[in-house]
Amino acid sequence: MLRIGVDVGGTNTDAALLRGTEVLATVKSSTTADVTSGVGAAIRAVLEAAGEPAAAVDGVMIGTTHFLNAVVEGRHLEKVGTLRLCGSATRSLPPMIDWPDRLRGIVDGGAALVGGGVNYDGSEIAPLDAGAIHAACRDWQARGVGSVAICSVFALVDPRMENEAAEIVAAEMPGASISLSHRVGRTGLLPRENATILNASLHRLGRETVDAFRAAFAALGLRCPLYLTQNDGTLMTADFAERYPVFTMASGPTNSMRGAAFLTGLTDAAVIDIGGTTTDVGMLVGGFPRTRSEGATIGGVLTNFRVPDVYSFGLGGGSIVRPGDGLTIGPDSVGFRLPEKALCFGGDTLTATDIAVAAGLVDLGDRSRLSQVPPDLARAALAQMKASIETVLDRMKPSADPIPAILVGGGSVLVEGLLEGTSASLKPDHFGSANAIGAAIAQVSGEVDSVVSLEGTSREKALEGVVAEARARAMEAGADEASITLAEVEETPLAYLPGNAIRIAAKVIGELRA
Amino acid sequence: MRYWTLTEEDIDRIAIGCGILGTGGGGSTYHGSLRAKALLREGRRIRMVRPADMAADARILGIGGIGAPTVGIEKIAEGGEGVRLLKAVEQHLGRKVDALLGDEVGGGNGIAPMLTAAMADLPVVDADGMGRAFPEVQMTSFFIHGQEVKPAALADADGNVLIVTEATSPKMLEKLLRAGTIAMGCTALMTTAPMTGDFVRRFGIPHTTSQAWTLGNAVLEARAAKADPVEAILKTSGGIRLMHGKVTDIGRRVMAGFTRGRLTVAGLDADQGRVLKVDIQNEYLIAREGETALTMVPDLICIVDSETGRAIGTEELRYGLRIDILSVPAPVLLRSEIALASVGPRAFGYDFDFVPTGISADAPAVPHYQEAG
Repeated sequence: MLRIGVDVGGTNTDAALLRGTEVLATVKSSTTADVTSGVGAAIRAVLEAAGEPAAAVDGVMIGTTHFLNAVVEGRHLEKVGTLRLCGSATRSLPPMIDWPDRLRGIVDGGAALVGGGVNYDGSEIAPLDAGAIHAACRDWQARGVGSVAICSVFALVDPRMENEAAEIVAAEMPGASISLSHRVGRTGLLPRENATILNASLHRLGRETVDAFRAAFAALGLRCPLYLTQNDGTLMTADFAERYPVFTMASGPTNSMRGAAFLTGLTDAAVIDIGGTTTDVGMLVGGFPRTRSEGATIGGVLTNFRVPDVYSFGLGGGSIVRPGDGLTIGPDSVGFRLPEKALCFGGDTLTATDIAVAAGLVDLGDRSRLSQVPPDLARAALAQMKASIETVLDRMKPSADPIPAILVGGGSVLVEGLLEGTSASLKPDHFGSANAIGAAIAQVSGEVDSVVSLEGTSREKALEGVVAEARARAMEAGADEASITLAEVEETPLAYLPGNAIRIAAKVIGELRA
Repeated sequence: MRYWTLTEEDIDRIAIGCGILGTGGGGSTYHGSLRAKALLREGRRIRMVRPADMAADARILGIGGIGAPTVGIEKIAEGGEGVRLLKAVEQHLGRKVDALLGDEVGGGNGIAPMLTAAMADLPVVDADGMGRAFPEVQMTSFFIHGQEVKPAALADADGNVLIVTEATSPKMLEKLLRAGTIAMGCTALMTTAPMTGDFVRRFGIPHTTSQAWTLGNAVLEARAAKADPVEAILKTSGGIRLMHGKVTDIGRRVMAGFTRGRLTVAGLDADQGRVLKVDIQNEYLIAREGETALTMVPDLICIVDSETGRAIGTEELRYGLRIDILSVPAPVLLRSEIALASVGPRAFGYDFDFVPTGISADAPAVPHYQEAG
């Protein structure tokens, strides 16, 4: 299977071409404002580098910060009508109450709180109020709102009311995009509703972006399916991505870590991703990034997405080095202007990259321009950079025991030798493109997080039901049924009440269907 | 009368402090502070009053949430539950209630009475019955010192109200309210029997809302000054740091309706090489190093995020989390022999007696109280 992985970062767009598990070529090119032309250029370059025709490619996997940037910048977002199915419950905290005013102003198309919703045990809070939904739809239509987010209380216990409400909205507002909370978020009404509204606000951009990718692919002669990578490092089909663009929000660090795991064959290790401006340190556990306990805040909006637990600090290839008694490296960086600013490239700024070149760790630019960098300074700066990474590494490690560390990203050249607290410090081939490789090798997942009442059923049965639903979702996302395995099960008993209800979160992972 | 009229900034500070005083339990303050701020923006007011300023014969009603926090984050309150409770209790008593208070300052319940107070325009007494969070209704300094069991009441988001007109003991009242809460979908608002101003002055733990504000203020000031928020908490709480470390293991299971578990934390930096274990029964109960108990209930074991000073609840505990474990002396009223029978180690099934850590001192009121109409 010939796959192309593409990771679109703020500065660079990386691409990697793989046949099975063999990396054929990697390239780096500049990210473009429209994203698509940069992706197209990277794909063309990587195909040329490997001498492969576009028609031979079986799949392209793209990781992009495009949708995240749209939310952060408040641009290209649609107005959203929010339908909350809740009966009289939840009215003390109406939708979007915890949004920053500016973003709320851009996205809020009016909310309707109507009859519906269930309790934790699946019993109805109130019957679905179809009349109130009709009225809300007419109001949204009159005001030109074309995207609707539907969120029902305990939708993860019973999603049927959200589906019914979606049918009513679809009939009343033909052509409207509809986002359902039980497909977007986890238990916790406000953060799940927030994520659903964000998703709804990105619908149009999702469609446009995917269309633009498809057009670019056609122009390149690619005839394969397109996938986007999600927060957890797994794939979704382009059709799915159009409907759930919100799942792409934190895919960048995940792709790097998955790529590091692939390149080394390690499943449990620290991953140190050194870029131009920052270093991200994360932990691989069982081949996947360890996630943060709190949900991700996106553009100031609280969601309950699980995102990688990554510690970022200001050290990268472009970090500015200030010699002297109090030698400092970063946190400021010349960033994407490294090729003009760094001394070794004829610039006027001493950067971390110059230190690496002066010390002979990497051959870049013109080393003779670095005659003014004394060997003592280079040694001291290298030691300081290493020590700062070691400190962060120690904070992130699960225990004092040494673990292997994988260095990836273009800035990895700054580090030489074994890092303290590690059993091995690996810099695999293609370390500069681990993010694109992580996208190329991505698998497909299905995830469910539900509160289950154990009245009239057993724990085992409840667990089976949740896992079956997760498998169904993985298959919908494009997984090969036979390859699906259970990746994660988390059971949380509900505190302060007799143990007749538990929260079960399950995730399955499989290979992409050929 | 001297009042402290709360602002949105005060709510932020109180919420952070209530989280810390929650000793791992009590539920999140997130919803309560969002609602409180929304009420203030609607033009309603939340006025605090010191217990010493309450008339001896004033009628004070304790209000708070009961149920599973995991349910409460999904089936959020309707908003009028507190007013419905208040009406039901006033009707039952045949007289008006003069002020509200929280039975439990720790966690979300530290803010709960303020929401009803804003809607009914009643003052909130700056005192509570726990000075922290406890898992059961009867574990308050009020019940320990003879608060009536009746009438107690429950209200839910759907409009149901349940009044308990008699219970054979505070412990039985806990059982009845718990059963009612399950029928209401595992989340409800409750009140215990009205108390007099005189009773609250004698048996309330004074100025715990002030204490929460002071803690929250210290954390926010430290963050703004890029100083260590954990040090700031220690300075204002009179507590000590038991250890700085990271979570290496968390075991949890449900027994008799309550989450029990044990947390293992490995020391970092200056504490490298040390290992602390913390017993959990919804809240953090006992902190041990080897065989030695360093801090035990009712003294407070507060666990905070090392970087931000944010309180970490038992349900948030995860492998690798970097935390500071703090020990804060319990309020004076909880360390008496009669109190320890209800809230000491033996009340939680341990077969040893309470050994105090640090010296108890009641918190002072914040200086914000001013003469007003």
